[in-house]
Amino acid sequence: MNHHDSPVTVDELHAYIDGELPADRQGAVSDWLAAHPQDAELVAAWRAQAESIRARYGGVASEPVPERLKLERLLQSGRRGSWTWRLVAAAAAVVTFLIGGGAGWVARGVSAAAPSSFEIFTADALDAYKLYVVEVRHPVEVGGDERAHMKQWLSKRIGYPLNVPELQSIGLKLVGGRLLPGPTGEAAAFYMYEGPSGERFTVYCARSHSPQTGLRYRDETRAAAFYWVEDNVAYVVSGPADRDRLKKVTRAVWEQVDGRKSS
Amino acid sequence: MAGFRQSVEATIPALRRYARALTRDSDAADDLVQDTLVRALRSEHLFHGGDVRSWLYTILTNLNRNRLRSLARRPLLSPIEDNDAPDMAGPEAGGRDIERALATLVEDQRSALLLVVLEGLSYREVAEIQGVPIGTVMSRLARARVQIKAYLDGERPMLRRVK
Repeated sequence: MNHHDSPVTVDELHAYIDGELPADRQGAVSDWLAAHPQDAELVAAWRAQAESIRARYGGVASEPVPERLKLERLLQSGRRGSWTWRLVAAAAAVVTFLIGGGAGWVARGVSAAAPSSFEIFTADALDAYKLYVVEVRHPVEVGGDERAHMKQWLSKRIGYPLNVPELQSIGLKLVGGRLLPGPTGEAAAFYMYEGPSGERFTVYCARSHSPQTGLRYRDETRAAAFYWVEDNVAYVVSGPADRDRLKKVTRAVWEQVDGRKSS
Repeated sequence: MAGFRQSVEATIPALRRYARALTRDSDAADDLVQDTLVRALRSEHLFHGGDVRSWLYTILTNLNRNRLRSLARRPLLSPIEDNDAPDMAGPEAGGRDIERALATLVEDQRSALLLVVLEGLSYREVAEIQGVPIGTVMSRLARARVQIKAYLDGERPMLRRVK
């Protein structure tokens, strides 16, 4: 098998200038370029593009980092309304203490405090998950092949633009979605995804009274859920009780749903 | 997790560079970096293992995609079009040419090209960041390069004729 003699492809020309070409093809490509001036010209043009891009923007990385992007500063305050944020965080800490520590200490097993939104949202989402995931014929109202229509319809019913995450890269296909009653009395959107061995994951989102929370995990015997709130929208990603796998799915969803108000 | 924060901090200059080239607008770029950092710090626990830098590039790339989606709903005047005087010569001219050429690209192509040539990432890393197979990254790169070349080739002769 002589690697040197097989013809050079355009992909290899790109790989050549990007340092992605296997060592045993370097010689073949150099020889090819020496013999094919048109291709050599193309490669030179692409290299010149890369040079201009680096010349134009490379210097940005040596500029001093502006104050607002300093990490200490960001750790102290969120971007928008920093003082309200600290207040909310403080209040949340107190509530967490009361519900988690205080209530448990006062009366173990007795519901001394009202359930938190974390509990309400995850309970609703897990109920929906368990109910619809076993459906064979009617798991969703709108099929995944009508993604654009579904997005438009659910966004309209929910009252804010939704992003239907694309999870193909982690092997999950969109089955579709449906509208559900949400915990706050408003509508909730519900999407279902399916993996190669038929395992299903769902994303549940609805408006929340709290603006923002960190990520929390809840697990039951057969199902588990991750919950967080961002920009007043609560998200619950549910699936089989496999924390690592669910975290991977959650991360992929999380990466795609934010940014609604980012500009 | 001091190590995590140190890695985030060390990546800020590179994120600013990538964001600047991606948006070609320094304020929008720093907003994007700020949103990226806030998200990353808030959700540190979602990060497990792997390369912090790639993760930050992923967040920034997604935020920018969403930003463009919401901008598309409004009329937009990009700063490039604001001072659209013809380039004559001088060191600045080449810079503005490439800036305009980048502006003509589809977002995913621009991001793939910048991650490779400006940020020096491998095809595999870019594939993970964009959530697509390596073959898709390669075709985005190829299309970006063809498009930029066509833009630059079309631009220069026209300017010569003006002179």
